[in-house]
Amino acid sequence: MIPAKFEYIKASSVSEALSLLNKHGDEAQLLSGGHSLIPAIKLRLNQPKMVVDIGKIPGLDNISEEGNNIVIGANCTHHQIATSSVVQGGVNVLAQTAKEIGDIQVRNKGTIGGSLAHADPAADYPAVILASGAKIEVEGSGGKRTIDATDFFMGIFETALEDNEMIIAIHIPKSSGGVYLKFSQPASRFAVVGCAAIKNDNGVSIGLTGVADCAYRASAVESAYNGDAKAAAAHAVDGIEVMSDNFASSEYRAHLAKVYTERALNALA
Amino acid sequence: MLMKINVKVNGKDYTSEVTPMMSLAAYLREVLLLTGTHIGCDTSSCGACTIKMDGKAVKSCTILAVQADGSDITTIEGLSQNGKMHPLQSSFKENHGLQCGFCTPGMIMTAENLLSENPHPTEEEIRHGLEGNFCRCTGYHNIVKSIQHAAESN
Repeated sequence: MIPAKFEYIKASSVSEALSLLNKHGDEAQLLSGGHSLIPAIKLRLNQPKMVVDIGKIPGLDNISEEGNNIVIGANCTHHQIATSSVVQGGVNVLAQTAKEIGDIQVRNKGTIGGSLAHADPAADYPAVILASGAKIEVEGSGGKRTIDATDFFMGIFETALEDNEMIIAIHIPKSSGGVYLKFSQPASRFAVVGCAAIKNDNGVSIGLTGVADCAYRASAVESAYNGDAKAAAAHAVDGIEVMSDNFASSEYRAHLAKVYTERALNALA
Repeated sequence: MLMKINVKVNGKDYTSEVTPMMSLAAYLREVLLLTGTHIGCDTSSCGACTIKMDGKAVKSCTILAVQADGSDITTIEGLSQNGKMHPLQSSFKENHGLQCGFCTPGMIMTAENLLSENPHPTEEEIRHGLEGNFCRCTGYHNIVKSIQHAAESN
């Protein structure tokens, strides 16, 4: 497949990448691992005029512990996250989820920042990012800001990132217990439905992916949960417009959302 | 616009000029004439184009050649040493691990990555480890057997 013509620049710093984004506006796309962007460019679903490679910017691929948070640089690969002892120790459910993404070759190249910015409605990370109450640290030409996970995902391939902003890191509160269960699409292994459940001080928090046009926090389940997983899981799609496609009708998806929420709650208990 | 890249492939240094649009797989095949790396789906599903880049198995159809600037790459052609096949290559030969052979270079490169991280995998771990590689002859049983034999002979 021959992509449409584009120019390519390898940015050596965040500020260089941001000034290129400012200069080229809508015509520029950031490239990190490239495992969502490059197939999209080949299939001409995305036709940037300028590709800004942020994959080699120093300092964006670190994983560290900061107080009660695990901080994961945007360029960390799924494999790095799956095998990091810091992630396994602080928020093991994220390491386990990273292991479920794609295949080993994809995990060796694809990055968490790229996946979150791409915001595929069937991606795995968003469920865990939402359930863990993570914050996304982003930088634009005006400086840095953090976005709560609950405000980050806005629709199909749509996030709260401004055109001239990029993800720097993800700050995830440590948690002692968490689980991510998914019903995989049999060919692509993307989530038809994926449910993350994480214990917190007030009980449990639930993130659902694959169900709607973007992943969401199932607050109705959280407030209904008092030990009866089945009763609480019945609220998994309350107020949600459930997606329908050739893999799963909205009725079937809603059913799966309830089943996987119930299983996740039971696995956590 | 052509861009200059420096890469090390199978121990040899190359400097080339490529368009930003060229995939690493196409670069290996069309510029370096290393046609052992195959292109199947060209969208990172099938795994035929798997190579090792900086020590890790990756799908070279979904990496731009310009992204690979400065990288150390091993392709299927780089596995044999002094005319002697790599243990995985001989094991695939002995165990009928290939039928049409199209997927074989990718299977072997992925298996090499798997065995480097887990030298003695179970059958289940091998099958799971190959989730990113398709064999359209469906010859999976002998592929798994070949990898098991290579691991045992190590």
